[in-house]
Amino acid sequence: MIAINAIDQLAEPYDIAIVGAGPAGLAAAARAAELGLSVLLADENPAPGGQIYRAVTTTPVAKRDVLGEDYWKGGALVERLTKTTASYAPGCTVWSVAPDEEGGFELGLSLGGRARLISAGQIILATGAQERPFPIPGWTLPGVMTAGAAQIALKSSGLVPSGRTVIAGCGPLLYLLAGQLAAAGADIVAVLDTTPRRNWLSALPALPDFLRSPYLAKGLKLMAAARGKLSFRTGVTALAAQGADKVTGVTVTRGGKTETIACDALLLHHGVIPGINLSNAAGCAQHFDTVQHCWTPTVDDWFASSIPGIAIAGDGAGIGGAESAALRGEIAALDAVRRLGHLTEGQRDSHAAPARAELARSLRGRRFLDLLYRPAETFLAPPANETIICRCEEVTAGQIRDTASRLGVTGPNQMKAFLRCGMGPCQGRLCGPTVVELIAQVHGVSPADTGYYRLRPPVKPITLAELAALPPSEAAVKAVVR
Amino acid sequence: MFRPIADIKPGPSLGFTFDGSPMTARAGDTVAAALLANGIQACRQTPVSGAARGPYCMMGVCFDCLVVIDGVGNRQGCLVPLREGMRIETQAGRRHPDGGQS
Amino acid sequence: MPDYASWSRRSAEQWHQLAGVLNEETGIDVAHSQPGGFMLCLSETELEQRRHTMQRLHNQMSLAEFPYEILDHDETKRRLPDIGKDVVGSVYSPLDGHVNSLKLFRALRDATQRRGVDYRPNCTVDSITTQDGGFRLRGAFGEIAAGKVVLAAGLGNARLAPMVGLDAPVKPSKGQVIVTEKTDAFLHNPMVTIRQTDEGGVMIGDSQEDRGFDTVVRQPILSVMAERAVRMFPRLAGLNVVRSWSALRVMSPDGFPIYDQSLSHPGAFVVTCHSGVTLAANHVLTLAPAILSGALPETLAAFSARRFHVPAHS
Repeated sequence: MIAINAIDQLAEPYDIAIVGAGPAGLAAAARAAELGLSVLLADENPAPGGQIYRAVTTTPVAKRDVLGEDYWKGGALVERLTKTTASYAPGCTVWSVAPDEEGGFELGLSLGGRARLISAGQIILATGAQERPFPIPGWTLPGVMTAGAAQIALKSSGLVPSGRTVIAGCGPLLYLLAGQLAAAGADIVAVLDTTPRRNWLSALPALPDFLRSPYLAKGLKLMAAARGKLSFRTGVTALAAQGADKVTGVTVTRGGKTETIACDALLLHHGVIPGINLSNAAGCAQHFDTVQHCWTPTVDDWFASSIPGIAIAGDGAGIGGAESAALRGEIAALDAVRRLGHLTEGQRDSHAAPARAELARSLRGRRFLDLLYRPAETFLAPPANETIICRCEEVTAGQIRDTASRLGVTGPNQMKAFLRCGMGPCQGRLCGPTVVELIAQVHGVSPADTGYYRLRPPVKPITLAELAALPPSEAAVKAVVR
Repeated sequence: MFRPIADIKPGPSLGFTFDGSPMTARAGDTVAAALLANGIQACRQTPVSGAARGPYCMMGVCFDCLVVIDGVGNRQGCLVPLREGMRIETQAGRRHPDGGQS
Repeated sequence: MPDYASWSRRSAEQWHQLAGVLNEETGIDVAHSQPGGFMLCLSETELEQRRHTMQRLHNQMSLAEFPYEILDHDETKRRLPDIGKDVVGSVYSPLDGHVNSLKLFRALRDATQRRGVDYRPNCTVDSITTQDGGFRLRGAFGEIAAGKVVLAAGLGNARLAPMVGLDAPVKPSKGQVIVTEKTDAFLHNPMVTIRQTDEGGVMIGDSQEDRGFDTVVRQPILSVMAERAVRMFPRLAGLNVVRSWSALRVMSPDGFPIYDQSLSHPGAFVVTCHSGVTLAANHVLTLAPAILSGALPETLAAFSARRFHVPAHS
């Protein structure tokens, strides 16, 4: 592996550029490099592993069972990559992906405060997932964080919340985190479970598959570990974080009764959704996945997007978990190598066969979890008008509803122009899904019919100076200087 | 606020300042983690209402951990590794650009 | 086009009134101000070109009607202390103003709502026919009957205008813009290529390309715009770019608006321009009442699309 620590160490061009060093990106990079191609793996984090295997090579957590056996599997993926000739650039942000004139792609990269454009024949986006926005009144208060954030602090820095901690939401990661934090000695005063009871009905048909899945044993173990020690409260229908300049408590409604639990940290989790900013900005088609209830890039059996030459592997193309992400990365890499003419279709298919079999097994049971832990409408489209939806521009649910109904706004891009939601530095990552949900609710249509933000590069901020230092083209000068 | 777990691997620590106060954190921490470990929950005020905010996602998505690092404003604390001697400050509202050089 | 100069000047003069009306009716302050604008030039050639354009304009009208000043670097620097050393000079136009265009957009929409306009989004009009002295607009949405029809569909006017005996030969002209994070207020005057909004973000750019309906943001253009902006105002260098976008201007063959009324289909009008923000005051305060009265004033005759059918002088 070639470590890239400065932007001028990058070669140009690469056969394949991969964005994101989580399980999908690590596997894709290793596979493509093993087949003899020149590979760049760019990742904005300081160390490989993505979020699920965050800091797997550097974590200060000494006791293995705190993080669980599954976490340590990430080490093998990193080790495999280390043995290849792939270039790995940590701390490197990919802010743009666009087709170039020669049938390949141009990537805009930023590393150490300097930007550069490089070209690549094939692109694999492995940008992973982000947590689904969980907008409740007070969720912008310091001390309110995502469950994933607490997990990242634990994995990468060996930190746990120091005061009374409340965990709220639903989904496997929530129970996993509760178990991990408990094992690490955090003071968890309550786990507030928002799983809607009627979800059991919609999830039931998917139960048989789940019972034959690897999730089952894992899930039961997690649940048992978490429930045994912790104060679980189920049937939560409303939440609000309390506090003036930091969180001091959480108001909980269950069975029509409301109580306030004092706390110093509130950790929220309603599952994860694909991070679509880069694929959307690159122009890849996306659709609304009604089972996972989120916008998802549209990909084929080889994880190829609607743009030939751009594949999307891992949770960035639909949530499947770490194991499936690595397998999907592997399969996407084989097809990218085939597209570059280094494998025949037959070779690609036979190489991919074992991964495909494993992939099917790893995804079995997923549907049951998706349906069971789908957040209730009241959390997807918050009823309280004062709830901030766009954290950057501080736009509330009430403003969005009013503008949708009174001014007849039917889509998120129009909403953005009217209220500035989605115009801040996070570029809609934390408000997009909710804005869509609120508009859809007002007009009585589906999120699919409401659409999503049209995103543009740079998908992550770069400075004007970085942009200015990139080489201009003659045509561009002519278009600007008139 | 956050604290280290009981049996953390020992490692070197780094000195830095936050709004002028000297602090230390574990080498390998990001700026956002270092602040959390030092009991700092709020690291910025928003440019819209002035409300206090602190790290929310820790993975580069939410932009709520924005801070001034060595004079450069609006940097994502959760993506920047802590370095010895870093001068970290609260991001108070809008970005103050660097002065003109000419 | 001298008529355009007076038309846009008239709008500039009436903008305060429009801002007042909008604020009163909707409570939205569109952040209108008229401090005079600069056009910064980064080379002697650019400055010379601008000087020439201004002179040409002035040969057609009196100086009092359209005042401007050509400033050298030092004088520009005195008025705009943040400019960089590469700015060789500027053109200053005291009448120029600016406004938060997104707020204007929302205020106009809000005002139409309050005035009882029936707004129906997502209705593509497939055909317009005359019936019983009025018009019928049809599409997948069904049918709408109206006594008058005003075509204000931007680039869509090219398709719609012939249905009512009008002509709107408009074509897309692509433009890209860079938007920075919010920063301290430092730029109070509008510029052709750089503006700071009341929220604090800086908008950069004025590219023009003929690329049909393509609205993909192209990086080389962003770079050129960024490079020029940093040379104009070095303090922008460290700011983060948080967004870019590209969109299509509605361009007539000579770049000026088309206002027309149909001779064959009385009651049908076409309105199109690529400066709907500058001209908003005219559109609200002059054009709309004229359309309501049934006829466009003689002063707008020069904006008829018939101008594109006059044989060129040889």
